[in-house]
Amino acid sequence: MFNIIGKRFWFFLIAGVVILVCIVSLTTFGLKTGVEFSSGSVMTVGFEQHVDRDDLENELASLGYSNVIIQHVGEDEFLVRLPRLSSKDKTALEADLTSTFKTLNVREFDDVSEMVAAETTRNAAIAVAVAAIGILLYIAWAFRRMPNPFHYGTCAIVALLHDTLVALGAFSILGGLFGWEIDLKFVIGILAVIGYSVNNTVVVFDRIRENLTKYLKTDFEVVVNSSLVETMSRSLNTSVTTLFMVLALLLFVGSAIQNFAVVLLVGIIAGTYSSLFIAPSLLVVWQKGEWGRFIRR
Amino acid sequence: MIRRNTLLFIIVLIIFTLATLVVLPVDEGILGKRGVRLGLDLQGGIHIVYQADLSTIEPGEWDNAMEGVKAVLENRVNPLGVTEPVIQIQGSDRIIVELPGVDITDKEKERLARVDILEFGELTTENETARWENELGKWKPATAIVNGEEKGLTSRYFKTNTQVGRDNLGRIELHFEWDEEGSQLSKEITSRLAVNKDHLAIFDGDDALRGEDGRPIAPRVESTIVDRGVITGLTLNDVTRLSRQLNFGRLPVPMEIIYDQTISPILGSDFVGMSVKAGLIGIIMVMVFIVFYYHLSGFLASLALIFYGVLVLAVFKLWPGFTLTLAGLGGFVLSIGMAVDANVLIFERMKEELREGRTLGAAIEAGFNRAWTAIRDGNVTTLIVCIILFWLGSSIVASAPVQGFALTLAIGVVASMLTAIVVTRTLLRLFVGGPLAHRTQLFSPHLGRK
Repeated sequence: MFNIIGKRFWFFLIAGVVILVCIVSLTTFGLKTGVEFSSGSVMTVGFEQHVDRDDLENELASLGYSNVIIQHVGEDEFLVRLPRLSSKDKTALEADLTSTFKTLNVREFDDVSEMVAAETTRNAAIAVAVAAIGILLYIAWAFRRMPNPFHYGTCAIVALLHDTLVALGAFSILGGLFGWEIDLKFVIGILAVIGYSVNNTVVVFDRIRENLTKYLKTDFEVVVNSSLVETMSRSLNTSVTTLFMVLALLLFVGSAIQNFAVVLLVGIIAGTYSSLFIAPSLLVVWQKGEWGRFIRR
Repeated sequence: MIRRNTLLFIIVLIIFTLATLVVLPVDEGILGKRGVRLGLDLQGGIHIVYQADLSTIEPGEWDNAMEGVKAVLENRVNPLGVTEPVIQIQGSDRIIVELPGVDITDKEKERLARVDILEFGELTTENETARWENELGKWKPATAIVNGEEKGLTSRYFKTNTQVGRDNLGRIELHFEWDEEGSQLSKEITSRLAVNKDHLAIFDGDDALRGEDGRPIAPRVESTIVDRGVITGLTLNDVTRLSRQLNFGRLPVPMEIIYDQTISPILGSDFVGMSVKAGLIGIIMVMVFIVFYYHLSGFLASLALIFYGVLVLAVFKLWPGFTLTLAGLGGFVLSIGMAVDANVLIFERMKEELREGRTLGAAIEAGFNRAWTAIRDGNVTTLIVCIILFWLGSSIVASAPVQGFALTLAIGVVASMLTAIVVTRTLLRLFVGGPLAHRTQLFSPHLGRK
């Protein structure tokens, strides 16, 4: 039988390293935000002939658009981030690109004003915060008959924060290297990951609750560990099946839903890790009052 | 209990058949009227949010002004031939215009929200900045000072009775009449221009209004025009369009685009096909996996999964006002993965019960009962997220994908709970007391000790 809880500090260490990488990435690369959050225009344009990203970048620069972000979303298909374009500018831009790169198809064009961008950002942040609080309260209520119900809620939230941070870090790296952006689909993905990760965590907690009431005299740590082992195959199987679906989305649809699928991919993996190796271990740490050991280690 | 289970099984079969009838054929179906309504990101189209500048209007009159804007936009959208346009007032000063499945030029898009349709212009003198430039020269708006204010002469001052007519040679003419303010402006401007018989040109946005011969319409002003006038040289099409727009097309307040999403219809349709493919491949992979791992139980769960998929698609078709978006498809695909979860929870429980030596029947019941709290709590948290996402969608401009995802995920979660608890259990119970019941390893992975 695996002793996961016994090795908990190793798992914390791994998580800590991953989080550190994410924080470093966030501070160096920052986050590229999509138009919904920072206003401007974005154009998804596909070319019939082969076009290199660098050529496109140079051409746009020659037109005066120097700070553009270009993301590859398919074969000869690019997501181009520009400042807000008036109708005239857009027509001129398309005309120029057509004359340089021949036939193009503008698959999507979005133009967002500052006002709308500010609104969207604010509301998205509120949504994530409310989701976290709502979940915390629900779990505390569901586990109200346990000693320390809020512990369960809080550990779930910490796991959730871990997952969000990992996803943000991943997108920060992808943003720095390939120009990937945080847009509304990212927020949807994060909220889906939150729902999913908490789902996983709750299943483990549920088993802990059941075992605690069954085996009253056993040490907390032992109970948590055996609960974890008992639910392990279920957690892994569910993650595997969900990942199959996400991979199918990523591989067979791609382009417009690409970012969304990657958030889910990263989030589900991180979520499974946090539900199995972080949340229950934190419960034990808390219950045993071992917070000090973090510092000494 | 066995008899009740058979009844349940029959009910499950009936629901499945009904759902299948709703879903196929994909575009019609017996109970569903048409196909599922597709969102903008799947069928292409335009979604624009305008902000109205109500600064010149009294607060009490705002509602009226917005209704006026809505009416004008409806008229302007009509000739574009869109099947299900949506024009809605949002809040106190915003209007949403949604034109699904349509691909209009940028020019037509711009025309939707222009306040003034036609502007009159005169040639610029030496150093003045030109607003328009064409083969006849540089032009600026023709203005005059009325009541101490300089105003441009535009079609804003036409009365709403412009009409198409013919002169005595049968040539097409556009007859218009000035309102009071327009008359004053016209009098000032035309009397000034008539002195040297200068040209007065007419501009439609950034271009000059051009006649049938392609040349800009810029007649010399012979005499002062006060009440009414005539524009000649246009094609019948142009004249008809213009008269209609001029009569019904004046926006009461200026509008600014604050959000614009334009998606090409040609390429949006690929997504539905691709998503279906992705969904099918994903489901097959999932089914192979759970049959491999959970044997016969896994096979039954796969059947339940098919039931789940068909049921959810039927709900999509029947749910009033449901719009399928790409994000919604993503939500549906995701929920398939999660639908398996409930089944897995139950099977894991069953595995433990069977390992402890219970009979199949008892293991099934105990498995379902014990797994329920975990299923409930996990899915409730997902539903909380869906509700919050739905709120988020309703509070922001780009609402469709967010709400689409929230709704599909919520429907998926509820359906998956029902499917696992009713369908899988019913199917499993069919085997209780039957010939295979004692071969427990068929129902459970025999990894680990028996």
